[in-house]
Amino acid sequence: MLEIRDLYASVDGNEILKGINLHVKKGEIHAIMGPNGSGKSTLAKVLAGHPAYEVTRGEVIYEGKNLLEMSPDERAREGVFMAFQYPIEVPGVSNAQFLRLAYNEKRRHLGEEELDPLEFKDLLKQRAKVVEMDASLMNRSVNEGFSGGEKKRNEILQMAVLEPRLSILDETDSGLDIDALRIVANGVNQLHGPNTAMLVVTHYQRLLNYIVPDFVHVLSQGRIVREGGKELALELEQKGYDWLKASNGGPNGLGVTAN
Amino acid sequence: MSTAELLGKQEYKYGFITDIESDMIPRGLDEDTIRLIVEKKNEPEWMLQFRLKAYRQWLTLTEPKHWPNLVYPEVNYQGIIYYSAPKQRVKKASLDEVDPELIRTFEKLGIPLTEQKQLAGVAVDAVFDSVSVATTYKEKLKKHGVIFCSFTEAIREYPDLVKKYLGSVVPTNDNYFAALNSAVFSDGSFCFIPKGVHCPMELSTYFRINNSESGQFERTLIVAEEGSYVSYLEGCTAPKFDKNQLHAAVVELVALDDAQIKYSTVQNWYAGDEEGRGGIYNFVTKRGKCAGRNSKISWTQVETGSAITWKYPSCILLGDNSIGEFYSVALTNHAQQADTGTKMIHLGKNTRSTIISKGIAAGKSNNSYRGLVKVMPKAEGARNYTQCDSMLIGSNCGAHTFPYIEVMNNSSRVEHEASTSKISEEQLFYLQQRGISQEDAVSLIINGFCKDVFLQLPMEFAVEAQRLLGLKLEGSVG
Repeated sequence: MLEIRDLYASVDGNEILKGINLHVKKGEIHAIMGPNGSGKSTLAKVLAGHPAYEVTRGEVIYEGKNLLEMSPDERAREGVFMAFQYPIEVPGVSNAQFLRLAYNEKRRHLGEEELDPLEFKDLLKQRAKVVEMDASLMNRSVNEGFSGGEKKRNEILQMAVLEPRLSILDETDSGLDIDALRIVANGVNQLHGPNTAMLVVTHYQRLLNYIVPDFVHVLSQGRIVREGGKELALELEQKGYDWLKASNGGPNGLGVTAN
Repeated sequence: MSTAELLGKQEYKYGFITDIESDMIPRGLDEDTIRLIVEKKNEPEWMLQFRLKAYRQWLTLTEPKHWPNLVYPEVNYQGIIYYSAPKQRVKKASLDEVDPELIRTFEKLGIPLTEQKQLAGVAVDAVFDSVSVATTYKEKLKKHGVIFCSFTEAIREYPDLVKKYLGSVVPTNDNYFAALNSAVFSDGSFCFIPKGVHCPMELSTYFRINNSESGQFERTLIVAEEGSYVSYLEGCTAPKFDKNQLHAAVVELVALDDAQIKYSTVQNWYAGDEEGRGGIYNFVTKRGKCAGRNSKISWTQVETGSAITWKYPSCILLGDNSIGEFYSVALTNHAQQADTGTKMIHLGKNTRSTIISKGIAAGKSNNSYRGLVKVMPKAEGARNYTQCDSMLIGSNCGAHTFPYIEVMNNSSRVEHEASTSKISEEQLFYLQQRGISQEDAVSLIINGFCKDVFLQLPMEFAVEAQRLLGLKLEGSVG
């Protein structure tokens, strides 16, 4: 589904990603781990098409198409979704209105009929169950005055509505207490199936207790330095990221490759 | 595509010119011009006196060029044609006799006038250059006692009402542009809602400037008697010309005891091109008098057009417990300049006013809010709430706020809140990441920003206003 080849990217002239290679197949969950500043979130944003990041080398093929040539909204309509680490507020625009617009954009893209507000309300009500979201949040402005937990749940609600093929979760666990984490993870698991794939970007292992990855990739200084199965996450949790420096894995490390 | 390229794509879709023969008077203005207008319009002597008085006052006044935050070249008042009317073979007795070319023009503007196509629930007075060409639903309204007609007709048919109220809210010497309008206004709309009548439909006037060298000077007078209610809509467009055209209107509203007037405007005069060539100079005086107890006047405006906008729809809160409201969205793009706001003059006890102003500046435009809240000594317990928000798109535009607050008693309460924001890259990226195109994302953010104002507009107008803002801003972020 997703093939990243020798990807280099920079922001404001600083090179952050220095040759990432990653292959993701349908039905797989990949965890991207690494210390602060290793390039995890940059990778997520580059895949989503954030305008501040410039790809200087390499390519990304998504479902046989050149992902890097598409605008962020085209990528989204093609089924790429990113759950934001810091969801953005849009004052005066209700959550329901925003979601309906996004949902109908996708329907139109697929050549399907748009839903009217009433039809959409039913769909939203049903999808809101995935993240145990209160109906009152639907009529409030997007993320405005939401608690940290509500914002993150709102991201997963959007994912539930848009039904992406490739979901990128950027530090979705940050700022969540244990109950909220369980709800969010539970929602994500319900949305995963044999035809979808996920990239779970996280600093800590704890999210991976709930969303169990098939592969774990560890980033350091813009390169993947270790790869393995879910046990790699546990090992990291025990030994800390300093362990990587000591063992100096080099590009693509010494671990099991995901490909 | 770059911002500039995208901006260039945006078209003003009302910019067409109607090819129609006009009855014009020579350009220039003196007392003879006024006599000529009166003669053309077959007006009574008292109107001539009203106009001449205004003209003589105008000569003593000076154009307000210094205090507004506007820069524009000298207007040559002698270069303007003060009367231009489409030629008609016979005086129209019914809509069927209106020149088909005019009917087609308004149809193109989305204002169908013929009986079978008229807008449901909205009565329209269509004004073309200097004259009203058609008014719909007149008979139906008459059954309810509501008078809705062109100003020319009002002078002829209801002289006592016109004499009583004309100039009662905006005196002829109120300001330079009001004096000019009083001297030369050629038509406009007149509405009278009798005691206790809830006007059964929305009333609206659609203004169209067609002639490149004529100014438009229209006059609107709305009188709502005791306990009555009316909602009035105003729309305007003009063809694209390289030259600037002058539009100086006066609108007067009078609300008696327990009466309510809701006045909504979507202003989309031609704004000039990217470099600021052409466009309408919009110098308008709009004022409502809450003359009676518990009366209410509410202004809602969406200002998107004109090269220059100079406009302060105001309320004189004379009656005790009366309410004044001003809801405004002013959008400027390219080289447009707007200096707009309101005046709330509290005279009666427990009078209340609300001001919600949303200014959006894009391109290299300049957008100013200017508002006065004045609480007089006898206005005990008066309250005002003002909220002024500005949004900047890009970094070459300007947004300014000039609030004036004068309070002369200590039992009143005045609140003022202001904010300035910018559409951020992060906000756009967030919406785009959900599959919404960049242009739709900008519209969505802007519409969210203006929501408090749009909620005040009648449904169809709100939809039109949202669409218009989207269109105006197309490609201005990028």
